[in-house]
Amino acid sequence: MAEHAQRSFSTPAPGLRFLLLAGLSLFLLIADQRSDWLDTARKTIGAAVYPMRVAVDAPISLWRWVGESTASRNELLLDLSRLETERLITQARLQRYSALEAENARLRAMLEARSRMRERVQVAEILSVSSNPFRHVLVVDKGTRDGAFEGQATIDAQGVVGQIIEAGLLSSQVMLISDPDHALPVQVNRSGLRTIAVGTGKYDRLELPFLPNNADIEEGDLLVTSGLGGAFPPGYPVGTVDSVTRVPQNPFAEVTAKPAAELGQVREVMLIWPGEAESEAGRRDAAAAEPDRAAPAAAAAADDE
Amino acid sequence: MSSRRDSRLPVLGCFVAALLLSIVPLPEWAAPYRPDWVALTLIYWSIALPRRYSVGTAWLLGIVLDIAYGTLLGQHALALSFITYLTVKFHLQLRVFPISQMTLTVLALLAVYQFILFWINGVAGIYPELVIYWGPVAAGTLLWPIVSLALSGVRYRVTS
Repeated sequence: MAEHAQRSFSTPAPGLRFLLLAGLSLFLLIADQRSDWLDTARKTIGAAVYPMRVAVDAPISLWRWVGESTASRNELLLDLSRLETERLITQARLQRYSALEAENARLRAMLEARSRMRERVQVAEILSVSSNPFRHVLVVDKGTRDGAFEGQATIDAQGVVGQIIEAGLLSSQVMLISDPDHALPVQVNRSGLRTIAVGTGKYDRLELPFLPNNADIEEGDLLVTSGLGGAFPPGYPVGTVDSVTRVPQNPFAEVTAKPAAELGQVREVMLIWPGEAESEAGRRDAAAAEPDRAAPAAAAAADDE
Repeated sequence: MSSRRDSRLPVLGCFVAALLLSIVPLPEWAAPYRPDWVALTLIYWSIALPRRYSVGTAWLLGIVLDIAYGTLLGQHALALSFITYLTVKFHLQLRVFPISQMTLTVLALLAVYQFILFWINGVAGIYPELVIYWGPVAAGTLLWPIVSLALSGVRYRVTS
């Protein structure tokens, strides 16, 4: 057999092998497109690819670390003053926020409504970005071992980033909302109008293709998740409408939006577990609610006197 | 036998390096021009050692690429094994080509490779912009002389 292969290499041996493998590829392609029973195979091989991703990421994180640790004194001073101003601004905002939060908790306590469900979140670092520019997929360093699951929503500090499409053991792939294959149920914050935001393949643009010409939507409207698809908890910002074109003879308006999250520049994302209240947050809520409950009572007592 | 096994390691290293280069993050402006490192490496080794690195190697590397890129399983595998098949079939002619002619051949092979990817994407209903297909072909062709020079360094170490 080996002798034969050696003697006549240009005989159709590679051709035959190619035909077999091409058939196998076509079979895999169709199976992958039509059904999801290849997912386990994908996951297994994906776990083998994980060390490769870490190896690729290592020099970059090392470089970043070296860059940060050798930044010149001047830059550090500049950074420091910038951060100081930022801190002041943030603190000012935070004050208002905590006041609002306290008020909200108090009002809810008065209504005896349950305080709004909090989601458990966990930060995940990005290992790599899809090298295919027309497939907006990130790989993050949390997998099923950390509790990540397929369909899980991910956000960043500004808004919705995407959802997990493949949860491996140690890493997961996150499809961004700007991927042409991604559609997201959203709601216009101002009018309550519900629709679908579809990715376009560009990081800074979403399309809302299913809005009739007379829909109540304007430039600058904030889009939030509606929670109807089931994957995303409601109320997270998705983006702002940046153009509305109404052509009278077309049945649908052409509406585009700019994503709130900086999809092209994210470095960390947060995974959300909806419905699992963070125990610490829950305790804080209870603690915040109690003095508030005590306060009106005290006020009432003061009134009586 | 042991010397032959030793000689496999450097070539394996080349393939691993090509895979790493294929997934290393690039700045946004450079990403559409990422050359198909795996395809270039495969073309080189299937001309140099066609008995050892041929369609099967190409297919396995293609599957790894499909997983790493998250594309349809079998897409890169099919494209890589096809151009490797062409290379192996004509490896005797290709070996005597001068570098200029060889670079043109690489251009054709990479174009065929991207065309297969384009075709499968089209059937699957994915229609990206065309520049995404031409960027890697142009970059790969321009890099071919350097890649083949570097890999021939490895090859003389392996076969001597």
